[in-house]
Amino acid sequence: MFNAFSHLLIRDLRLALRARHELANPLIFFVLVVSLFPLAVTPTPELLQEMAPGVIWVSALLAVLLSLDRLFKQDYDDGSLDQLMLSPNPLVLLVLAKVLAHWLLTGLPLVLISPMLAVFMNVPADTIPIIVLSLLLGTPVLSLIGAIGVSLTVAVNRGGVLLSLIVLPLYIPILIFGANAIDVAADGLSVKGQMYFLAAVLALSLSLAPVATAVALRITASR
Amino acid sequence: MTMAHNMMLSTEKLVCVRDDRLLFRDLDIELGEAEVLQIEGANGSGKTSLLRILCGLRQADEGRVLWQGEDIHRSRDEYYSAMVYIGHLPCIKGDLTTEENIRSLLDTRSRSAAAKEIDEALNKVGLGGYEDVPSKALSSGQRRRILLAFLLLADASLWILDEPLTALDVRGVALLEQMIVDHRDAGGSVIFTTHHGMQLPCEMRSVSLGVVPRADLDMDDADV
Amino acid sequence: MFSKIWKWIQTFSSPKYFYGTAGKLIPWFAAGALALTVWGLYLGLFVAPPDYQQGESYRIIYVHVPAAWMSLFIYVAMAVSASVGLIWQIRLADVIASASAPIGAAFAFIALVTGSLWGKPMWGAYWVWDARLTSELILLFLYFGYMALQSAIEDQRTADKASGLLAIVGVVNVPIIHYSVEWWNTLHQGATVTKFDKPSIDTSMLIPLLLMALAFKLFYAALVLVRARNEVLYRDRNRRWVRELIQKL
Repeated sequence: MFNAFSHLLIRDLRLALRARHELANPLIFFVLVVSLFPLAVTPTPELLQEMAPGVIWVSALLAVLLSLDRLFKQDYDDGSLDQLMLSPNPLVLLVLAKVLAHWLLTGLPLVLISPMLAVFMNVPADTIPIIVLSLLLGTPVLSLIGAIGVSLTVAVNRGGVLLSLIVLPLYIPILIFGANAIDVAADGLSVKGQMYFLAAVLALSLSLAPVATAVALRITASR
Repeated sequence: MTMAHNMMLSTEKLVCVRDDRLLFRDLDIELGEAEVLQIEGANGSGKTSLLRILCGLRQADEGRVLWQGEDIHRSRDEYYSAMVYIGHLPCIKGDLTTEENIRSLLDTRSRSAAAKEIDEALNKVGLGGYEDVPSKALSSGQRRRILLAFLLLADASLWILDEPLTALDVRGVALLEQMIVDHRDAGGSVIFTTHHGMQLPCEMRSVSLGVVPRADLDMDDADV
Repeated sequence: MFSKIWKWIQTFSSPKYFYGTAGKLIPWFAAGALALTVWGLYLGLFVAPPDYQQGESYRIIYVHVPAAWMSLFIYVAMAVSASVGLIWQIRLADVIASASAPIGAAFAFIALVTGSLWGKPMWGAYWVWDARLTSELILLFLYFGYMALQSAIEDQRTADKASGLLAIVGVVNVPIIHYSVEWWNTLHQGATVTKFDKPSIDTSMLIPLLLMALAFKLFYAALVLVRARNEVLYRDRNRRWVRELIQKL
């Protein structure tokens, strides 16, 4: 059973590495969007610093959102998704493998590059670990919840905007707590509460979202 | 329908409605060991929908599908270990090599194969020497043959094939026919669809899906 | 016993039976809603005393608060109904769920508009990122998502199931969203006046509020039955009972 999980994970990672040109896109998008904000306002260090948590989190949200398609779209289009659903292994497990692969390929790079963006936005150096930690706890949730959305919309033609419409409202709690953690940390206050909340939401979505995704995939396949 | 064979797959009063159109109703199919069943019908007669219902991807509007006497949604694990379905989509990743594609297909069935077995299967379907070629370099007929190799290696007693002749050349067709016959001789069963009848050099039953007259959508008794 | 209940549910949820019964119920609900609205508005607008702080403008709560309650109530009702449809394959439940969505969205919209009208004299601006208004706005987005998904999927059954699942996911998220917005709000604008700054509301103001809440519930009941009836008729347009119905006209 674990083999099925790891094999699928490896397959997805391998596929992503073979299509290397697409691999960096969400990351570049993330950096690009963050760099737009200083251009749109008067980039005084104070203003940038004040905007930083929101800008970084909203951009991360959008970067993940735009990359969600690759969770299931290709598998759906070429029929591999049917094969996954006909597997004797639990579908929830396979979903988890795919979500993990997605996070490793999009969420994790965002986390890793975030310190650089923090420097862009004049965030004090001692806040940077909080940015990294909040993204580390928050981005897996974005992938997990996003998986539900993609599996519901993958069969819809031009489902891109629809996907955002469905998924973005569900992202709001993560946005609030993630951005707020950075905000509060910059003021030198404790962020324990925010981190606990993010960790709790991660635990909750880790246990529920794959089940919902599996159900959603079966609904989509029943066309 | 002879009961001499052990019953594998059967359906009870299947009803399928699609886009407000009744495709078929009260469909009873029985398939025993070592039986080949062809499902015929014009475009839009519901062949693909039927196959998707048979493999549990689609829910029938009424009725049930039974695997060895048990509802397939109850005995999903056993059923899926014994059944392999090939639809009309390629299931092939262009960025993976032939061998990797076969392996990842086998992985979904939790089956691993030795390199030698894979080589043999590829030779048999005429893809010997293509193990390490990325599948995007193959023609659509050759990709289809990868699926045939997967079929050989899948170790399934029931094959459900949707339009298996698609994209195959004359030799490919002959190959598939031979594979079906061999599978049957080994005690396995096959259900497949075609829109033009396929002649197999073995005993075979046919079910045709006709177009149900529109007035027949009245199913107040069935209450779908 | 169990099979008896099941049988009863099946009879009641059959489209034909529902169509007839709902048709008989609608006038009662509608009349009840009308009577309670008149009564509640009379008490609220003419009898209840003005607020010691906000004067007359507070009276918009007789529309705003019940509308906000209803928008949440309908979302939950929709999710419950959708899960019944998803688990027990009762198609009438799906119809009720999809018929509810636009009504719930309308209530959310009304709550937002009245809320911002009320906000003008209170805060001096039509829109303030107050916790309740923000939650209401997100709820409206959830409704939009549901309706968009429902209409984007062509196959009726798949659309019902997919949007039903979304409603369930949404309803799990509603408390989380509500909590995080509340929390966010206390952090950012601790100083704003909350609408219910008094721990208890005067009885003479509470009674019309409850009457209006009840009126809105009955109005929803009537409206959802009207919409569900139409939907049932449309979905079964090729069935015998609908054709017979049309011939009788």
